[in-house]
Formats: sequence, structure tokens, C-alpha cells
Amino acid sequence: MAKVKGAIVVDTEVCKGCEVCMPVCADNVISMSKDVNRKGYHYAFMENPEACTGCTNCAIVCPDRAITVYRVKVSA
Amino acid sequence: MEVLDIIKPENQVFCKTKLMTNAALSYCPGCGHGTAHNLTMEVIDEMGIAEDTIGVAPVGCSVLAYDFMNIDMTQAAHGRAPAVATAIARTWPEKYVFTYQGDGDLAAIGTAETIHACNRGENIVIIFVNNGIYGMTGGQMAPTTLPGMKSTTSPFGRDVKTMGSPIKMTELVAQLPGTYYVTRQSVHTHKNVRKAKKAIKKAFENIKLKKGISFVEIVSNCNSGWKMTPNDANKWMEDNMFPYYPLGDIKVNGKLK
Repeated sequence: MAKVKGAIVVDTEVCKGCEVCMPVCADNVISMSKDVNRKGYHYAFMENPEACTGCTNCAIVCPDRAITVYRVKVSA
Repeated sequence: MEVLDIIKPENQVFCKTKLMTNAALSYCPGCGHGTAHNLTMEVIDEMGIAEDTIGVAPVGCSVLAYDFMNIDMTQAAHGRAPAVATAIARTWPEKYVFTYQGDGDLAAIGTAETIHACNRGENIVIIFVNNGIYGMTGGQMAPTTLPGMKSTTSPFGRDVKTMGSPIKMTELVAQLPGTYYVTRQSVHTHKNVRKAKKAIKKAFENIKLKKGISFVEIVSNCNSGWKMTPNDANKWMEDNMFPYYPLGDIKVNGKLK
């Protein structure tokens, strides 16, 4: 059965750390980093990259469009 | 499979649209304006009408929309965006003209322009972002502020006896014969974003039909003005704004629902 794997790339300088992407992620992939960017915001990162399916939910709710989503089909 | 094997250009399924400039958005973290800007530009990009679209920016938080939207834009005096859009649409009837306005701009100082543009049935799209407060100037009470809601000019909550009830602009303009498509959406979760995108797309497609104005309200948060974190503000919006401003289509193809 075909399975999908995804990954996100967060533009850490654009991310404002609003955390809106966290509740919409069904797989709890995203959390906020302890580091801050140049503006002083904690930025989003993939804490749990294995679970990402590339559903784009996080990217479409991101007000600053800091998230780019990649997805591949892998045969299990 | 490693993450670096997935992150390749051929696997990319979503990225920021080219019709948004690289200027950093001036909005607070978590503000619905950013999502609404991006959705509008994504729809224009998908329809391939970027060359033929002219936007009118308002006064308010989104006054700098012309810096962020990489299409032809102009900026109107406070509340006068529908009047400016009327002029543009009548001069170039083949162009796609839209205004992007907040609640202070559209529902307070621009009420007359909004209602008369809707009544005349101008061939434009109005995108109305309603967050129930004047965000840019520091969280003053707007016509759309909910009863009992605190703002800097109603510190004990809005009292409907002295300050009146919140105005439902979208229901109001839906009664006018000039409106063709009137809907209310929100952009705080992925489901609502997808619905809002469809609504904006339908609104821009309606311009081709030349049947009247399309009015899309987006109920949004103002976490700085409401003094909440973005996720708390979204929750508060679901609990308090949506009962008063119910989401959904109000008028489709010129017929009230």
C-alpha cells in the first residue's frame, strides 16, 4: 500500500512564532524552538519528523507563509 | 527515508505564492490578515489574472497591503475604497477590481460608500476582514465590537443601551438587490481556510458574469487588541464571534439563502 511521507521547511526569519500551526497538525509534528530568530521570535520546527504526512494544514494557516511543504509517495 | 531525501524541488506541494512580495508582513503574530492576503493572492495566481487585477487598499492595519501584494494596487482615503474601486471598474470594465477592507474602514467611516456601491451593484469584489476592533490605532471600539466586549474606549464592556448593537454588515448588504454573492468565512483553521479560498475564488469568478458585487466577509482575530495569545484568540473567536456572526453563504447567485 502506498504511504505518504512529508516534510516541512520553516523560513525561520519569517516565522513569528504565533503557534497557529501547532493545533492544526493532526500528527503533532510541529513545536516551537527554544532558540529565537533575529526578531526575537521562537520559530516552528519539526520535532517529530517521522509523523509528517505533508498534508499542508500548517502551511495554509500560517499567516506569514513561512512553511514550505514537501511530500513523497513511498511503497511500504 | 530521511527528511533530506524528501526536501527536493520535485516533491514540493506548497509554498508561498509569487504574488506576495518578500516584504515582511507588518501584522502581529497570528493575525488573520496575513492569511487573508495570501489567500487572495493565491486565488488570483491560480486563476492567472494577475495582469488584469487591480486592488484597492484601505486605511487600517492593512493600509500597507500594496507593499505585500505584488499586483497593481492603489490606496484610498479612509473608507472610500468602494468609491475608488467603482471608478476603476467603470473605466476598465474588463479588469478584475477588488477592495480589501477592515471593519473600521468598511463598517464605520465607509458605511455610505459600502452600502451605495453594493446598492448600485458595481462589478467588484469586496473582501471585508472583521475582527471586532480598531486594531491599528490601539484597540478602540468598532461598530462590530460585540456586546460586553472590552476595548480601550469601552473599558467596562460595550453597553448596547448607550453604544448600540454590533452592526452585521454582511447581512445588511445581502438585502440589497445589487449584491450577487454574499458570504462570511474565517481563516483560523485549515478547514475554514479551504472554504474561504473557495469563496474568494467564486467571488472573483463572478466578476466575469457582470451581475453585481461579491462581498466576502472574513471573521478574524485581533490577538493584540483582544489581549490574548493567537490560539486563545482563535478559541475566543469561535466561542463568541461565531454565534453573533455565523459563518456560511448568505446570498448565492443573487438569491438569499
